[in-house]
Amino acid sequence: MSVVIPGSALPADTPDPITPRNLSYRGGEANPSVDAMRAQFGATIGRHDVMWGETTVWIDATKVREVVLWLRDDPGQQYDYLVDVTAVEHRDPALPLEMVWHVRSLPYRRFLRLKSALPPDAALEVPSIEPVYKAANWLEREVYDMFGIRFAGHSDLRRILLWDSYAEGFPLRKDFPLRGRFSRSEQLSQALLANPDAKYSMEELSVADAFHELPADMRARLLRDQGGS
Amino acid sequence: MGLTPTASASSRVTYDPPSQDGWVTTRLEFLVNWSRANSLWPMPFGTACCAIEFMATAASRFDLARFGMERLSFSPRQADVLLCAGRVPYKLAPVIRRIYEQMPQPKWVIAMGACASSGGMFDNYAVVQGIDTIIPVDVYVPGCPPRPEALMYGIMMLQDKVMQQRSISDQAQYDEITIDPTSRLYIPPSRIDELSEPFGNSVHQTRSAP
Repeated sequence: MSVVIPGSALPADTPDPITPRNLSYRGGEANPSVDAMRAQFGATIGRHDVMWGETTVWIDATKVREVVLWLRDDPGQQYDYLVDVTAVEHRDPALPLEMVWHVRSLPYRRFLRLKSALPPDAALEVPSIEPVYKAANWLEREVYDMFGIRFAGHSDLRRILLWDSYAEGFPLRKDFPLRGRFSRSEQLSQALLANPDAKYSMEELSVADAFHELPADMRARLLRDQGGS
Repeated sequence: MGLTPTASASSRVTYDPPSQDGWVTTRLEFLVNWSRANSLWPMPFGTACCAIEFMATAASRFDLARFGMERLSFSPRQADVLLCAGRVPYKLAPVIRRIYEQMPQPKWVIAMGACASSGGMFDNYAVVQGIDTIIPVDVYVPGCPPRPEALMYGIMMLQDKVMQQRSISDQAQYDEITIDPTSRLYIPPSRIDELSEPFGNSVHQTRSAP
């Protein structure tokens, strides 16, 4: 376990960050990671865009795992924090679904938004980045739950907010009616038939069993919280 | 207390406190109802902002203890009143049904706020349109969220209801709700669709056929 100090990779004379003001809607200085990504990956990296001072890079969805692995492990990038994984479906049906990954580099104080358009005719599947960031586990489950995008290589791809037997579809898709597809009585009887206990994965059930594998300081803290038992 | 008719020589009711100390006559039904109504133990099922208002009701300024309800029962096994404060999504529907089934008879339910009573503004795919489609409700408290005074008025209405029950002779209050085993519903599906008719701004929403 290591302590990450924000800005520790920056030169010592870097001034403290201040809240940026008078940002332009588009344009401005792009995140320096974009050029490094182009040099590393070439045609995998598409166009980039700077909006309100934040940089968005379009990438090839099939290569996302290699890209974020390099962003995390390259000493010049150190994107050690996965902020969010989500998706966008536009109101215009001609526009494709987009996957969005937000990553942040604490040592360099950088923020990067990765986007990739999913081709409309192919299966909605992208590689999971759970092997790179464990935080992606629940985030990708939520994207699957709400949009129906599948993640290849995810360890436990189930619905997370809706129950497992939910049969009405994917609620954040534009073709999903706000009230759902079924009548209220049908929705209610299906919901009442669900078993509220059947939501824990094997991993969640085995947290208590893994107590002796935890780091020593965490064991000590847990024991202290339980009154030193 | 102590005022009991005694037959005197002239068949008049006399009042003799010293000989009548320490006992009282009343109807047993009244006594049972009175003790029930003034020691209702609520099981708070707080899911949203109404629960904050309920906490204010229970705290010292409004002081739920005046109604004998200060003992919040966080276990359904020792509760009399299920106080549902907040919206109930469909995923919580089997949970609130199970909590209601675990409570001992007789039991009462207060639906606090617009969402628990009717789904409120959440006329969407995820929220139950009123918990009366899952469990029987005794008192609905309107408001978004209701002020503590409104909740206390609802509680006093529930106390009135308890006081008027035939607690000895009426066995119906000890009956569990009868549930259709296939659908788990206790009221007919057509009634549920009627209860949750669209209203408000979302009338123009289209719904695909099931």
